[in-house]
Amino acid sequence: MNNSPYFLKPASVQSVMLRVLVALLPGIAAYVWFFGAAILLQIALASIAALAAEALMLALRGKPVMLFLSDGSALVTAWLIALSFPSIAPWWLTVLGALLAIVVAKHLYGGLGQNPFNPAMVAFALVIVAYPQLMSQWPAAGATDFAGQWQAIFGTRQIDAITMATPLDALRTALHTIEAKTSVAGVMGSNPAIGSLGGKGWEWVAAGYLLGGLWLLQQRIITWHMPTAFLAALFAIAGIFSLIDSTQFAGPLFHIFTGGAMLGAFFIVTDPVSGATTPKGKLIFAAGVAVLTWIIRSFGAYPDGIAFAVLLMNIAAPLIDMYTQPPVFGHKDKPGDSR
Amino acid sequence: MTALQRLFRFHGGVKPAYNKEASTGLPIAVAPTSELLVIPLHQSIGGMPRPLVTAGEHVLKGQRIGGADGNVSSAVHASTSGTVVAVEMRLMPHTSGLSALCVVLEPDGRDEWIPRQPFDFRSATPTQTRDYLRDAGVVGLGGAVFPSYLKISPGKQGKLDTLVLNGAECEPFITCDDVLMRERAGNILKGVAIMREMLDAGQVLIGIEDNKPEAIAAMEVAARDANRTAGDSTIKVVRVPTRYPAGGAKQLIRVLTGIEVPHGKRSTDYGVQCFNVGTAYAIYEAIALGQPLISRIVTVAGNVSRARNYEVLFGTPMRDLVALCGPLPDSDRVIMGGPMMGLLMPDDSVPVVKAANCILVGSKSLFPAPPPEMPCIRCGDCAKACPADLQPFEMYWFSRAKIFGKAQEYHLFDCIECGCCAYVCPSHIPLVDYYRFAKSEIWARELVKEAADVARERYEFRLLREEREKQEKSAKLAARTVAARAKAAAALADAEKPAATPEQEAKKALIAAALERTRTQKELVHPENTGNLTPEQQAVVSTIEARRAEIREMAKAHLRQDD
Repeated sequence: MNNSPYFLKPASVQSVMLRVLVALLPGIAAYVWFFGAAILLQIALASIAALAAEALMLALRGKPVMLFLSDGSALVTAWLIALSFPSIAPWWLTVLGALLAIVVAKHLYGGLGQNPFNPAMVAFALVIVAYPQLMSQWPAAGATDFAGQWQAIFGTRQIDAITMATPLDALRTALHTIEAKTSVAGVMGSNPAIGSLGGKGWEWVAAGYLLGGLWLLQQRIITWHMPTAFLAALFAIAGIFSLIDSTQFAGPLFHIFTGGAMLGAFFIVTDPVSGATTPKGKLIFAAGVAVLTWIIRSFGAYPDGIAFAVLLMNIAAPLIDMYTQPPVFGHKDKPGDSR
Repeated sequence: MTALQRLFRFHGGVKPAYNKEASTGLPIAVAPTSELLVIPLHQSIGGMPRPLVTAGEHVLKGQRIGGADGNVSSAVHASTSGTVVAVEMRLMPHTSGLSALCVVLEPDGRDEWIPRQPFDFRSATPTQTRDYLRDAGVVGLGGAVFPSYLKISPGKQGKLDTLVLNGAECEPFITCDDVLMRERAGNILKGVAIMREMLDAGQVLIGIEDNKPEAIAAMEVAARDANRTAGDSTIKVVRVPTRYPAGGAKQLIRVLTGIEVPHGKRSTDYGVQCFNVGTAYAIYEAIALGQPLISRIVTVAGNVSRARNYEVLFGTPMRDLVALCGPLPDSDRVIMGGPMMGLLMPDDSVPVVKAANCILVGSKSLFPAPPPEMPCIRCGDCAKACPADLQPFEMYWFSRAKIFGKAQEYHLFDCIECGCCAYVCPSHIPLVDYYRFAKSEIWARELVKEAADVARERYEFRLLREEREKQEKSAKLAARTVAARAKAAAALADAEKPAATPEQEAKKALIAAALERTRTQKELVHPENTGNLTPEQQAVVSTIEARRAEIREMAKAHLRQDD
């Protein structure tokens, strides 16, 4: 018989994780609409691989398999991997990502709650370093031919025909690799991948993530700190530099609605296990991810920088927490002052 | 009247299902006197009172049976008239299942009071009043049972800004303060008037959670009357938002005044003092009626068909009280207090004590076993719920890893064990158990360390003393040798003149000196504490020696048996 409290609020890790999955649905719907059903295939692949790896690792570690398998955390990792990898990547790339995330980034560090790094981002970083070419082939907006995508994923068709560089990649290539005098405006005007806010189609996927993220806020699964700090910091740094030199640096709205920014803001930086946890710490952590993301996007060798930025800030999270402990009851400076 | 009082917010808190309606439908009933009352002597924070009665003695209702012992202690009284059957160890109403000294009283049915007379606190000195309250056994009835006489002095400033009266009663199921305020508001306010005068309080704020409209209405009427009598408007009834643990003393002080009293500090140093409404009523009874604290209002609720509040004599077995309320057949436990902080009783035979605001009957369906514990995912829900602004998951982490120093750095001892963190935890981690464990480990380690410190000091002192004794001894010896040598030399010098053989004389003198030396040495070595004993001391020593010999024999026999 247990001690007090004798009754608990009906809450569970499972319900938290399931609501995160539900919150991803609007973004996924937009993804399917603009880029075809391939993403659903990838989600299924990643989910099966992640669950299998999770079950195997739990069995090897002598943990209750069904209890942990049903907590939903492996599914969240799997979906985030599928959504951050190109949807027409070969099947084994997605499976490899899921395995790396679950086996290496999660269970080798001690399983649920023990991982210092965001598992999905570890997988993304390792795979993009190992297979940069495959990780930069994205579907073009409107290319929703599922048969073609199926063939691309299972390796029976040359995939160049249906791919296109992402807006971030196009911009980086135009500005940094080609010696010709291109400006941001030039790329924006000419590149077919670029839409009105971010990438063509991608801006709607981002809007879907935003919608799901707001629902997570309403459900109190996440707090306002991380998404706000991330988006505000990204907006600010991109805004400042595009004001300084608008030919070399893209504008703030482009940064927010392109690449993994919106997914990152609500679903990736908000991972509680590997991120900072104090209110002030969350602000610093998310702003740090945003600044690093912008730096990697603008000056780095990879098209998007969220994964590396998150991993770098993961390292700093314990230190951030240590220095941002909120004052406890009775030890605040001003009496009558509330946070 | 309800004043427009500026309210402050405390961080965190939870809103569990309150389940209070079941026990507020009927008025307070007087519980029948049980056949046997088991009255624990230790019913308050502080030292255990000394028993003042022995088996066979007849006592009157309200007679003191336990005298306050030490600076922090409170008297205990016979709850009714009758015969003391025994003064012995009995099971205490505590989860530990430990026993403590109790007075077992067989009521004679006459319920005969001691002579009662009001205490004129106005002509008494503050010390006399405090001693009176100590001997009347008045303690905090909100559950903490801190002796009230210690709280009734105004602190460093000499006067109090705000006297807070706690009628919040935030724990689910518990309604004893609610019904007390509904039915006895006038007398509570009389108690408040006494406390206000003694504490020289500027204002009185009575905080009641807004889920108790009847209690608020009754207290408003009584407060209006009290203000009219006093000719001022210092007493205010304040509705506070219903949110557990708004009834925690520190949380209520914060809500009403904005002041946060840090852990380990006295609230009087911040110009505030807080009493439970039940305590105010007990003070009224003690001062105005001359009745010591022998009963309290107890809510019986939970897995029963007729939940109700009873006025219960201390010492009444909980099972007698539960039986009055029709426990449902699947009842499997009795909890003292509410579902958030209550203590699981080792048995339903344990007595109702001053701390027992509620007897909560539980079952597997009412309080199901928590789902399996999952790992912490650092979601921070516990930190959002913590009314002490702590980071519970960090404290959990370090308590679990037994890194207690770090747990303390994260303010483990500011934790009030309210249970909010464990209540909201999606991983169903019994967080409060981890903190209780860490706290008790730290206390145990401190005790061990203190004992070790004392032992070390003793040992060092012994070394010092032995060294000093050795030096003194050798100094004395040296002095005596020098004296003896001088004597011998003198004898030798004397002997040189007469005819006797000088060598012989010198030898003799040396031998005499040596003998003298041995004698003095023996004297010094002789242990001093067993010399020069009085006959009584000698007798004691012999009995001890005899007992030791006996024990040695017993031990030998034992050892042989073991072989």
